[in-house]
Amino acid sequence: MGIVDINKVTYEYIRRDEEGNVEGITTAVNGVTLSVKAGEFIAILGHNGSGKSTLAKHINALLVPEEGTVFVDGMDTKDDEKTLSIRQTAGMVFQNPDNQIIGQVVEEDVGFGPENMGVPTKEIWERVEESLRTVGMYEYRKKSPNKLSGGQKQRVSIASVIAMHPKCIVLDEPTAMLDPKGRREVIRAARALNDVENITIILITHYMEEAIYADRIFVMEEGSVVMQGSPESIFSQVERLKSYRLDVPEVTELAWELKKAGVPIKFPILTRKELTEELIRLGRR
Amino acid sequence: MLRDITLGQYYQTESKLHELDPRTKLVGTFVYLISLFVFTNAYVYIFAASFLLLCVLISHIPPTYMIKGMKPIIFLLVFTMVLNMLVTPGEVILTLWKLTITKEGVKQALYMGARLTLLVMGSNMMTLTTTPTRLTNGLERLMAPLKLIKVPVHEIAMMMSIALRFIPILMDETDRIMKAQLARGADFESGNLIKKAKSLVPVLVPLFISAFRRANDLAMAMEARCYHGGKGRTQMKPLKYRPRDFVAYLILILYLAGIILIGRYL
Repeated sequence: MGIVDINKVTYEYIRRDEEGNVEGITTAVNGVTLSVKAGEFIAILGHNGSGKSTLAKHINALLVPEEGTVFVDGMDTKDDEKTLSIRQTAGMVFQNPDNQIIGQVVEEDVGFGPENMGVPTKEIWERVEESLRTVGMYEYRKKSPNKLSGGQKQRVSIASVIAMHPKCIVLDEPTAMLDPKGRREVIRAARALNDVENITIILITHYMEEAIYADRIFVMEEGSVVMQGSPESIFSQVERLKSYRLDVPEVTELAWELKKAGVPIKFPILTRKELTEELIRLGRR
Repeated sequence: MLRDITLGQYYQTESKLHELDPRTKLVGTFVYLISLFVFTNAYVYIFAASFLLLCVLISHIPPTYMIKGMKPIIFLLVFTMVLNMLVTPGEVILTLWKLTITKEGVKQALYMGARLTLLVMGSNMMTLTTTPTRLTNGLERLMAPLKLIKVPVHEIAMMMSIALRFIPILMDETDRIMKAQLARGADFESGNLIKKAKSLVPVLVPLFISAFRRANDLAMAMEARCYHGGKGRTQMKPLKYRPRDFVAYLILILYLAGIILIGRYL
């Protein structure tokens, strides 16, 4: 059994008109089965409205499946008594950096989770220091969150989750509202957590470049998982990805075009470094 | 630009008063305000004013800053004083056309003015030396007994601190929406008051929608971080009375005794 076990989960949003009559039903998640092992780095890709965020909220027990089951570290999310331990085990970072920081000072925000868990005061301070250092935001601990950049705010949000000592962190499009620099900062922090602290990371994104470091990728479309596998195997299916209105990383696309034009290039290629090396090798021949 | 505004009017400096527990300051201010209303006596006001002056000196807040804090109530102050002068019956000392100024009126006006000035300066003293966060924290602890009669004290304090966090963000947003509407040809400047108020509707509607969206996001983020009300919650920065707070309470008692003595026997 993995750290997160999602089994045939279905979730529907019901739209109602003003009198409360059902107007229509949107099936956001449709029979998804997915299992994540402890220590893995998972990326979930999908176009807007593919159900990836709805799925993410199931892992944190913010939503409870209508059909199917979600187990987090062996705990059923339907069990009300387990809700708090589930949320502590699987932390969550959201998209909008402004709307998830509660404290008026960085350190107070990081302390919010441990406070809710009833951690003793002295230990809260230790946890706050340790998690702010992990994301490299320790020197900003006395600042107001309003004065930080988007990337810094998201790193504070990540620190706030780490302070709860989770085994798994779900990042729900953490970079969607950031500039390229902020995006790099956040992804670097997430990868470091996975490498150094061995925390399971579930990254939900629609930036392909962020997914290439994942151990496994899941592609979602209209509420279902339509592709899964290693980054190499996913990104080698360029045409299939495009049919789901998803792009491949720029580098991969270039290599693919070259290959189509008859250049004997290795495929797939995911990173810029790989591409450069391959082009040099081809040039030498 | 708007991100830099300070909320409340906290004056950042280091002093004995700044270090006091917010509860001490809240109680102190409360007692001080009451002391101004118990006796109407010139000596009492002189005593209260000197006590305030002492606080200002200890707090390292520039006196000009204290005087600046009186600006918002200057109109009210003058209005009350003039009204008191004119309507109090008694021995007439000056008659201008139909208005008469009485001796009792002048006395009353001076008392009223002193009382109002000390009242505002006294409460400013507290907000200038205490951050809004600590003030909220102090209020939560002081009102804790109200939990027994089912007043949601923790929730009120949480709402206050969230409001404090989001006011700058919403102000920024207002600014952005106004600019966006200006770019679309909105006119906020011309016309009378009613027309001006109406022209704000296209700003308020998007602002409200976005505020609700933020509230929804924030509630979810709080839940995701195990927030479940005040039960079983520990505090990162718990309030703790220190020796200096006891000294402050002692001074407060002495002050109160002084006021009563002066009010009774002078």
